[in-house]
Amino acid sequence: MYELRGVTKRYTRGKDIVHALDGVDLTIADGDRLVIQGPTGGGKSTLLQMLGGLDRPSEGEVVLDGTDLAKLSEARLTKVRSENIGFVFQSFNLIPTLTAQENVETALVPLGVKVKDRRERAAEALKSVGLGERLGHLPSEMSGGQQQRVAIARALVKQPKVLLADEPTGNLDEGMRDEIMDVLERLWKEHGLTFIMVTHDSSIAKKAPRVATIRKGKITVKENAASS
Amino acid sequence: MFFTYLRRELRRRRKAALVVASGLALGIALVIVVSSVSSGMGKAQDKVLQSLYGLGTDMTVTKAASPTASASDRPRFQFDAQDNDSDEEQSTDRVLVQGFQTLATSTVSKVGKQSGVSDAVGGLSLQVIKVSGQFTRGQFQQNGNGGTQGGPGGGQGGGQPQGEVQGGGANFDVNNYSVFGTDVARPDLGPLTSSKITSGRAFKASETNAKVAVIDSAYAKEKKLKVGSTVTIKSVKFKVVGVATADSGDSAANVYIPLTQAQTISDSKNKVTTIYVKATDSQKIDSVKSAIQKNVSGTTVTTSADLADTVSGSLSTASSLATNVGKWLSIAVLVAAFLVAGLLTSSAVSRRVREFGTLKALGWKSRRVTGQVIGEAMVNGLLGGALGIALGLAGAYAVTAVSPTLEASLGGGGGGGMGQGGPGGGGGFGGPGRAASKTLDVALTAPVSVTTVAIAVGLAVAGGLIAGAFGGWRASRLRPADALRRVE
Ligand SMILES: Nc1ncnc2c1ncn2[C@@H]1O[C@H](COP(=O)(O)OP(=O)(O)OP(=O)(O)O)[C@@H](O)[C@H]1O
Ligand SMILES: [Mg+2]
Repeated sequence: MYELRGVTKRYTRGKDIVHALDGVDLTIADGDRLVIQGPTGGGKSTLLQMLGGLDRPSEGEVVLDGTDLAKLSEARLTKVRSENIGFVFQSFNLIPTLTAQENVETALVPLGVKVKDRRERAAEALKSVGLGERLGHLPSEMSGGQQQRVAIARALVKQPKVLLADEPTGNLDEGMRDEIMDVLERLWKEHGLTFIMVTHDSSIAKKAPRVATIRKGKITVKENAASS
Repeated sequence: MFFTYLRRELRRRRKAALVVASGLALGIALVIVVSSVSSGMGKAQDKVLQSLYGLGTDMTVTKAASPTASASDRPRFQFDAQDNDSDEEQSTDRVLVQGFQTLATSTVSKVGKQSGVSDAVGGLSLQVIKVSGQFTRGQFQQNGNGGTQGGPGGGQGGGQPQGEVQGGGANFDVNNYSVFGTDVARPDLGPLTSSKITSGRAFKASETNAKVAVIDSAYAKEKKLKVGSTVTIKSVKFKVVGVATADSGDSAANVYIPLTQAQTISDSKNKVTTIYVKATDSQKIDSVKSAIQKNVSGTTVTTSADLADTVSGSLSTASSLATNVGKWLSIAVLVAAFLVAGLLTSSAVSRRVREFGTLKALGWKSRRVTGQVIGEAMVNGLLGGALGIALGLAGAYAVTAVSPTLEASLGGGGGGGMGQGGPGGGGGFGGPGRAASKTLDVALTAPVSVTTVAIAVGLAVAGGLIAGAFGGWRASRLRPADALRRVE
């Protein structure tokens, strides 16, 4: 469970101070699914970074299951990320020189999983996203949708508590977009994750039970009763 | 994962790796070639010095330079030009002490007693000029210019030890050769040590006053002499017992005879021209030198280092080129290569900001990411090292294979102790000190020592570490949030 209180993130650019986040309060229950929307530059990615422990807020608390991520040392934060948080990025962020299977394995490296185990679990994760035949392929040998599925397998192979996705379909065409959304939805249900996704796609937002909108660093949350 | 990732990176980004590696390779190859050529130069110089000194000699002691020898010391030849002379051949020998400067034999033991001196042996260098020929009366009269003096030797006497004088009615042969009186009881020091007996035998320790000679193989060939032949020096007949071949291809003298005999034929009883000194410790040569100069008055001590300073000609030019230009060039290239390797590695990290950010976002410790970068740089460095060593060895072997010939001139101050003894002037038979300057041709080699290769490996590791430090520093500063950076 996430509890955000008064989270503020300031960036200084020369003389200007940008309030990417401005006093954000937010609670996300375990197993929840939250869609974050908003105009470009509103602070969506910044919020995701706070939630994922990629960066610390300038002010405020980011409490995950009782621990304030803002106060953790870099080493502890790294540990939290490696164990609890899975990321899916807009531009896939696969290591270009590693095969699909090796890319998925990178998520298990910090956990100290044995090589043989690591391989098996990676292969399984790839099978679950429908890429069981592509273990030895390089990212450059796969379509965008396939690459994003490798990235999803990488995010989920360690069985994290939280899955964070920053515009996971932003770089994909429509057909692929639906395919990825289906995979994510299915895995969310299967794993019982807390799933937080940034998207520009209003059709996706419409279907989500809970939608947060961020404008100029301020957040508003809307419960969407119409969907399940 | 470390090795898988490393292997994949190096294989899939071969070009970038090769650029870094070849930069380092160039620097390392240059270091190998320069240092082997330098050591080859050193060897060549040693060879030059050895031919004059013999093995194991650390310094020579000669009489301190004094004002130019007086004219009366110069050789004079007198021939009869009687009217009734028909075809009778006349010949005359002049035996000169090289440099006209001698030390008393007692100096040898005095030098030997100095602290730090392990051994001292005296030797007498002689120059023999033999003029032989005949007058023909008829021609003499017709031309009227047949000088009674064979001396002037035409214009050709200078450089050539031999020349034929054909002036008017005279037909003379000039034969100029060097004789070295060696201490037969002490065969372990002196010029003969740099020659090997290739035929016959060496002097026996008992032959202190025997009329025996060892001749240099080149001279033997020229004069068609062999073991058993006889050489006559100033009407004393010496029996050739051995033929010696100089290691460097250039010997110190044409004929070697026992020291006492040399002293007798040159009218220099108990005199030596040069004392060959071996120091107990080759590190203390300078202090031994000053001890001798202080305690044994009227002497000049020449160490091999002093002598090396007098080496001129293309050898010394090339040698200073290798030690100065070559050294700085390779340092410059190395520094440049290290810098380029570092900057390339660093810029490679910049291009992979998102990749490393992603790994950090996935929970990779900063140290693991940095280690990966350093690992890649190290492999590039070692690759460069291997390439550089291969290139350097090829270069060094090429130099050895071609073995360009260098010329070395040993200036004065050496054996003769007469200061700058230039090559014999145009006329005459070469003035005093002429033999003190010596020109040799030495083939240049570039021997690669194990140390050089070890240094190259060390440089490769250093290059890898420097490149790794650049890249690793850059990588360590990346934040996990960089995973979201919009690059490319
Ligand atoms: N590292 C940074 N340094 C300076 N300013 C930053 C940095 N990261 C973000 N910002 C600024 O903070 C604000 C919020 O950025 P953020 O990336 O969170 O927006 P976003 O809602 O994700 O936009 P988009 O839809 O374009 O991805 C923007 O004005 C951005 O320029
Ligand atoms: Mg964003």
